[in-house]
Amino acid sequence: MSAVRSNRALGKFAVIGVPYVWLLIFFLLPFLIIVKISVSEMGAVSVNDLITYKDGVLSLSPRLGNYATVVRDELYFDTYLSSLKYAAVTTVLCLVIGYPFAYFMARARATVQPALLMLVMLPFWTSFLLRVYAWKGLLTEHGWLFDLITASGLDRPLAAANLIPAPGQLMNTPFSLVLGMTYMYLPFMILPLYSNLSKMDLRLLEAASDLGATAWVAFWKITVPLSKAGIIAGSMLVFIPCVGEYVVPELLGGPQTQMIGRTLWDEFFSNNDWPIASTVAVVMILLIIVPLALFNKYQAEATEARS
Amino acid sequence: MNRAATINRWFGRGWLSLGYLFLYLPIATLVLFSFNDSPVPNVWRSFTLKWYAALASDGEMLAGLWLSLKIAVLTACTSVVLGTFAAFALVKYKRFGGRTLFSGMVSAPLVMPEVIVGLSLLLMLVSMQHWLGFPERGLLTIWLGHLLLGLAYATVIVQARLHDLNPQLEEAAMDLGARPWQVFALVTLPMIGQSLLSAWLLTFTLSLDDVVLSQFLSGPGATTMPLVIFSRARLGLNPSVNAVATLIILLVSIGVIAASYLIARHERTRARDMAAAARA
Repeated sequence: MSAVRSNRALGKFAVIGVPYVWLLIFFLLPFLIIVKISVSEMGAVSVNDLITYKDGVLSLSPRLGNYATVVRDELYFDTYLSSLKYAAVTTVLCLVIGYPFAYFMARARATVQPALLMLVMLPFWTSFLLRVYAWKGLLTEHGWLFDLITASGLDRPLAAANLIPAPGQLMNTPFSLVLGMTYMYLPFMILPLYSNLSKMDLRLLEAASDLGATAWVAFWKITVPLSKAGIIAGSMLVFIPCVGEYVVPELLGGPQTQMIGRTLWDEFFSNNDWPIASTVAVVMILLIIVPLALFNKYQAEATEARS
Repeated sequence: MNRAATINRWFGRGWLSLGYLFLYLPIATLVLFSFNDSPVPNVWRSFTLKWYAALASDGEMLAGLWLSLKIAVLTACTSVVLGTFAAFALVKYKRFGGRTLFSGMVSAPLVMPEVIVGLSLLLMLVSMQHWLGFPERGLLTIWLGHLLLGLAYATVIVQARLHDLNPQLEEAAMDLGARPWQVFALVTLPMIGQSLLSAWLLTFTLSLDDVVLSQFLSGPGATTMPLVIFSRARLGLNPSVNAVATLIILLVSIGVIAASYLIARHERTRARDMAAAARA
């Protein structure tokens, strides 16, 4: 009996311990290391060590200079600001397009729902990179969407709204960037909303209608509040990765649309400045820590609520 | 059917149609122009297969593909194993020290910007190499990065399935004298099998597609296929990219549709068996 019990304890220990230790080493420890490097300074060829042991004296010399640079320099500041702005705009657009989409999916006939769901999943499964690239062909000169937009004169209001610098120039603008990010992240908004809306108890709507509520009132007073968890999950799944997005701004954005993921990339790969790159990353984590906590809380609740 | 409901229905159909058009038109255009023979890559002139023929002798792309496939298989297998462990830990054990930290670390890579994960993991591996002399940057380090992402997705998928399981089945097996590993192999595993398959396929495609983590973690000579595609796409339109894209889209679509067909058939068989068991 005690052998069985100790076997079971061993099983529990292994099941929890293996992934736990793995994540501590390869996920948490790296963050501590970039925090450390962000308070170091770049030496001639490598990063100078933060802790030095010399002549029997252990000395710790954190340099907050990198943080001062990142916080004071307008370039970094503006880039953080515009990353947050583009991420927020993308999230709102995904919600405005995705909510009705998920709603009508969930209310479609039960027999077609698996097919509808599959059609949302498929682009999500096919390559992220290639779908970003697809927009390049559409929006550069001679692309059919480019021709359609310029021929219909839609580029004029876009230019007036300052989304493109001048009529006839669609690529590498805030317009192409936001369009591309909305396209890429739309399935991340639709999927949690759909799974939430399809589980809703429709008798609540019947009850509302019996009590005299119009469909519109019932929608805003019952459906929307009940789908709050789905709205939060979808929004966080879009907003957080968008803040640090690199591939979309690199392929579809331009000099006007600097985003922080690209700044970090350039500091690391072009300037080889590891401490500044680490500082940029640490400040980015601080910016997304509240949405991240919200997401984790929701994620834990959503899985717990199922049982 | 009253008028408001009719309007609502047509509005719904219209919205869904426009949404799917938005999702699929860029992909369709990408595929179409892979067959385009024209000096301007995005103006249609005539049909050709020459971009596909060129791929067969595109050494850089083929070497990238081979490396990517190796990493993707490695990532998918290890993600499913570690993800199943993590999912079990979260579903079966409601209390253990640092559970909140654990569930946070598992799900954070789902949303954490990849530049942060890539940079921090690379800098850790660099100092590790400095002290221990390994690992060299390449296949192994890229796999470590992809595994973090794959672990998160695999855990979510397996966890959802474990939650829906009836714990009484495992308890019954235990009461009938099965050892814990027998319960797992004979009762639990067959019931979560299809979620393991989904997790494997998803983590495989995620790894095959990743740019950012791979760029941070790759070393000299270790260029994965997405890195080749990315470096070409950065420079502008390139028909070879369209041809690769078409092949990938074709393969992934066939894989996903076949897998979901198998899963649906499996579900139906099981539902029938259960109904038969209930009648007996």
